[in-house]
Amino acid sequence: MAKKIHETPMLDELEKGPWPSFISGIKRLRDQHPDERIRGVANDLLGQLEHSYETRKGYWKGGTVSVYGYGSGVIPRFSEVGDAFPESREFHTLRVQPPAGNFYTTDMLRQLADSWEKWGSGLITFHGQTGNIMFIGASTDATQHFFDEINEYGWDLGGAGPCVRTGMSCVGAARCEMSCCNEQRIHRTLLNRFTDDVHRPSLPYKFKFKISGCPNDCVNSIERSDFAIIGIWRDNMKIDQDAVKEFIEKKGRQYVIDNVITRCPTNCMTLTDDDRIIVKDEDCVRCMHCLNVMPKALHPGDDKGVSVLIGGKRTLKIGDLMGTVIVPFMKLETEEDYQKLVELAENAIDFWAENGLEHERIGEMIERIGLVNFLEGIGVEPDPNMVLHPRQTSYVRTDGWDEEAEKWFRRKLEEKKQAAAG
Amino acid sequence: MTQAQATPRMPIESGCPDGFQYMHPVMRRNFGQWKYHEHPRPGVLRHVAYSGEEIWTVKAGTQRILDVFTIRKLCEIGDKYADGYVRFTIRSNIEFMVADKNKVEPLINALEEAGFVVGGTANSVTMISHTQGWLHCDIPGTDASGVVKAMMDELIDEFRNCRMPNRVHITTSCCQINCGGQGDIAINVQHTKPPRINHDQVANVCERPAVVARCPVAAIRPALVDGKPSLEVDEKKCICCGACYPPCPPMQINDPEHTKLAIWVGGNHSNARGRPTFHKLVAAGIPNNPPRWPEATAIVKRILRAYQQDARDWERINDWIERIGWPRFFELTGLPFTKYHIDNWRGARNSLNASTHIRF
Repeated sequence: MAKKIHETPMLDELEKGPWPSFISGIKRLRDQHPDERIRGVANDLLGQLEHSYETRKGYWKGGTVSVYGYGSGVIPRFSEVGDAFPESREFHTLRVQPPAGNFYTTDMLRQLADSWEKWGSGLITFHGQTGNIMFIGASTDATQHFFDEINEYGWDLGGAGPCVRTGMSCVGAARCEMSCCNEQRIHRTLLNRFTDDVHRPSLPYKFKFKISGCPNDCVNSIERSDFAIIGIWRDNMKIDQDAVKEFIEKKGRQYVIDNVITRCPTNCMTLTDDDRIIVKDEDCVRCMHCLNVMPKALHPGDDKGVSVLIGGKRTLKIGDLMGTVIVPFMKLETEEDYQKLVELAENAIDFWAENGLEHERIGEMIERIGLVNFLEGIGVEPDPNMVLHPRQTSYVRTDGWDEEAEKWFRRKLEEKKQAAAG
Repeated sequence: MTQAQATPRMPIESGCPDGFQYMHPVMRRNFGQWKYHEHPRPGVLRHVAYSGEEIWTVKAGTQRILDVFTIRKLCEIGDKYADGYVRFTIRSNIEFMVADKNKVEPLINALEEAGFVVGGTANSVTMISHTQGWLHCDIPGTDASGVVKAMMDELIDEFRNCRMPNRVHITTSCCQINCGGQGDIAINVQHTKPPRINHDQVANVCERPAVVARCPVAAIRPALVDGKPSLEVDEKKCICCGACYPPCPPMQINDPEHTKLAIWVGGNHSNARGRPTFHKLVAAGIPNNPPRWPEATAIVKRILRAYQQDARDWERINDWIERIGWPRFFELTGLPFTKYHIDNWRGARNSLNASTHIRF
């Protein structure tokens, strides 16, 4: 290469040690890539990064870059030190929506790499924390070309800014025996219903869907998403007593007592003298611990569905919030069931779009207005599963008590009738 | 005007693609029909379906930010030693799925030979989930990618083995927005000084009412500085969170000296045993010290060692601390307990001990 290679003494330290080094990867692009453009970009990128390491500061600023027809999906990055590092002066990221569960064939990964090499820096992150494939480092011109190319073979941009964001799902029913729902269908049904809200930011702030197949919640949906859908079952868990015996023979009674029976958060299990596990299922909170320890012997029940929790988010602005149970259980089998889930999401987003303040997540809005106002806004009845315990302060007006109690009894009667009919 | 400019291409708003087309055929056939799994060795899972079919998974750690050479290397391994189907976990590990047990050993060998690290399953320390940092973010206080590389170099044996009481999820974040999320151990930027304001730029760059509204403690107010409309910060109120910096870059929060790292423990997303928990502050004032951040790694290793020695099987870090209590946690780790550990944010009262449940 004719141009001067930036010295990177600090970054070189990150080439040492056994873990794969991202610095070595960028250097490979700088030193070995056949395209001079990519070599130049990698060189200046390393130069700027070394400068950051030396001065302990970042030098990227935002701006406005988009692809035609969308207002979102590209994270613009312009260098503040572009004169010293001109070839990586424009270094935008394209956020691309992966399939639920992050599945790829090697053929598809190659095709994406080929397209990216043509237009971008040659660096891809699998995946960003929201869940996108992050194509890091395109010039403003190249952004449109790269998008056009991959858009033709099935890839679309994700969200950025105050909009519905790219979703995230666990591996789920594709490979996991704990899964209680079809994450693939839920994910695509919801995300693709809100495609317009992904591409055109017009909400108070970000809105994330995450789907976990069971309460182990491997995609961290309760804490990391505004709308968490978690697979669960409501009948009895399934117990293979032969497998229980086999497990005890292998690991010993003591192990089962110490690691399964006494770890149950609601003490709903006992181990009998003849080595059977008995569960009082109405006490079980589906925490998954015993299933995790004994995956061959204990399984979710057959009456599967999902719980929905709304309002999780991280620190800014009012502090961390976990999502709150809004729907303790709903079936997801028929087209109508899925439609109900979509309607719930529509109602929640619409109500928040109307009532949320600028830069206020839905969980923060609920915190500000109270859960009851939110429930009334989206037409969901109160349920004791939504709270850890009822109110403990007497500062409340209860003059509508009789009507509310009446509603509860009517609802219970209705549920009973439906159960009898079903 | 060229024709391309006259008729711009409209996007195909296909949204999220169909995942089934990229799934291993065994997984497609047995979707929702899996019976159980086994964990024959670190980095390997065997899932068995009710049909009797099985799928083997080999998990490997990567550098997360992949260059096209690395991607092609992974694809080459995937074609030669596996069945051409992969997926990525949310912690940026790659998983190769194969139907034939006999492919597992050669696949592991090929990955290790190419410099990838097989492991990260069950009760190991898996890959650190992290944010972008100086490489690409517009507001970073540190370079999470570098912190993670340096730390994984030292934790690699715990990635390769399953010697922890339960799984350990570590996260890092480059600012207090904390995109890295909750973790059993979280290494996050913690600023310690209010923003330095470039009053020449504020009025041009920032939408001032929006910036005022962003402040969690109402410490920012509009002001006229040297005759220019700007913003000022009540430094006594300021909690140095940096929330004003993204909407107003002239309010520079990052500082080479005063931007520090803090370590938090006990964040757990799972509902297993207890309800999900947020992580709690245990150490702060840690120097933001590139290129290898040795001080942060030393504290993480100290916490891991105490957890490994003292926790029972299946206890995550939060479960362990709940059993032994916070006084013992600080004793075992040798970390100081200070006034900064006592919360004063909203809801703080719920974190105070209103009982005589005291361990001696």
